[in-house]
Amino acid sequence: MSTNLRVIRALGMRSIRQTFRRPQLMAPILVFPTLLLAVQTGGAGGAVDLPGFPPVQGFLQFMLAGAMMQSLMLAGNSGGIAFAVDIEMGFTDRLFAAPVPRYTIVLGRLAGVAALGFLSAVWFFAIGLAFGAEVHSGVAGVLIAVFLVTATATAVGGIGAAVALRTGSASVVQGLFPLVLVVLFLSSAFFPIDLMIQPARAIAEYNPFSFIVEGVRTPIIAEVDATDLLEALLAIAGIVVLGLVLSARALRHRLRTG
Amino acid sequence: MEAAASLPQWRANLATIAALMARAKNELLRVPGAAIPGVLAPTIFFLGINGVFGALTQLRGFDTGAYESFVVPVSMLQGAGFTGAAAGVNLARDMEQGWVDRLLVSPAPRWVLLAGTVLAASARALIPATFVLAIALLLGASWPGVAGLLIAYVMVAAIAAVAACWGSALALRFKSQSAAPLMQAGMMAAIFTTTAYAPLALLQPWMRSVAEVNPVTQVMDAARQGFLGAVTWAETWPAILVLLALVAVLGAWALREMRRTAA
Repeated sequence: MSTNLRVIRALGMRSIRQTFRRPQLMAPILVFPTLLLAVQTGGAGGAVDLPGFPPVQGFLQFMLAGAMMQSLMLAGNSGGIAFAVDIEMGFTDRLFAAPVPRYTIVLGRLAGVAALGFLSAVWFFAIGLAFGAEVHSGVAGVLIAVFLVTATATAVGGIGAAVALRTGSASVVQGLFPLVLVVLFLSSAFFPIDLMIQPARAIAEYNPFSFIVEGVRTPIIAEVDATDLLEALLAIAGIVVLGLVLSARALRHRLRTG
Repeated sequence: MEAAASLPQWRANLATIAALMARAKNELLRVPGAAIPGVLAPTIFFLGINGVFGALTQLRGFDTGAYESFVVPVSMLQGAGFTGAAAGVNLARDMEQGWVDRLLVSPAPRWVLLAGTVLAASARALIPATFVLAIALLLGASWPGVAGLLIAYVMVAAIAAVAACWGSALALRFKSQSAAPLMQAGMMAAIFTTTAYAPLALLQPWMRSVAEVNPVTQVMDAARQGFLGAVTWAETWPAILVLLALVAVLGAWALREMRRTAA
């Protein structure tokens, strides 16, 4: 067991170092979401005056959860790309030949994605606090949001890993990038659902990422809400199960076909 | 290239530019999938921004009730920015593979080599712009009229040229595709720190200050005018001036980097 944990830790650390060494992997996680947070806050900040907009201290406070969601989804996608590059270069084949359980190879990658999710949550809280946004429910709210963001990053990373294992192609995983944008725009990441325009509004109401966004956002703009938190945890659990099933099937497929 | 050697200099230059543009076109035809992200990203942004922020038109002072008309030029220019930046990424790839070294030992003037890359990007930018425009018109965006459409396309082509100069300068400076995020983030910042989301008066104070000094705001307003109302010369000439200045400055920087690379 401790050997497996050491393998997961070593592969997780490798994954983090790989991301920091390659600007192409790092930029989507921190640079682009930060830039989008800035331009959306500055450009659409007047939205808080719209009738029906939830009571918030400012648009930046409202947008922090959306920026974290964007960052963690791109972290999951970047993790999938890096995993596919490892497969293309034959590194994963060497790991498969090593005397370690195969699942540790996937979990090592996911540990790296989880760490990046954690980093992204901390980064956006730091930016928010630096520019005057308050966390309404205090330290407890920060801890809940950081936990949810880290867990979601791991769950999304599972889907990225599954696609990487199934296709073994970095460009295919990179091709999921537009899908990440679609999922984000069709959720409550950037705007309250009630103020969105149809059909985006109808889709956002059922998008599991809307539940996660609300779970992250509620402690930032209001008191912790048990219902929002539970719904977010259920949505994350659903994505984790999906990622596990897809990864297990993709791993079996790769081991069978080579 | 051999045939070009026997031509007068200006015709040889034109032939070289045409050959470089044809190479870019071949890339597009032989790897059609490579163009998809450049078309998809601005289209998704258009649909997303329209669906998410459409209610902003209810704010007092928003000068149109149709957000899709307001936002379509943003996505057209964004597509042009991405396409131009992608030209820089492709140049960096060509440098990594040694193809640029071979170009640099050819007798073609440096500005001709740059012009081939930049003009190819300008032409290529019309593809995502047309796709986004078609989607927007289907969703009910206003028809900008012939003059408005022409101006919007000129702005698209020129912004792609600006982005290609910016991307090429960075590619020549860093000689690595690792500079790609800088190329794309630079263009993204330039295009979105304008009146992209809302009119100047409705922007947050800090964003208003940035948008007022950001030259791309003039380009955005010029590209947008036909979609929101009448086309005027007063709203067009500042954009033309800005674009000429940007191409001159960034083009000169790219040429300087190219000379440094060759030296």
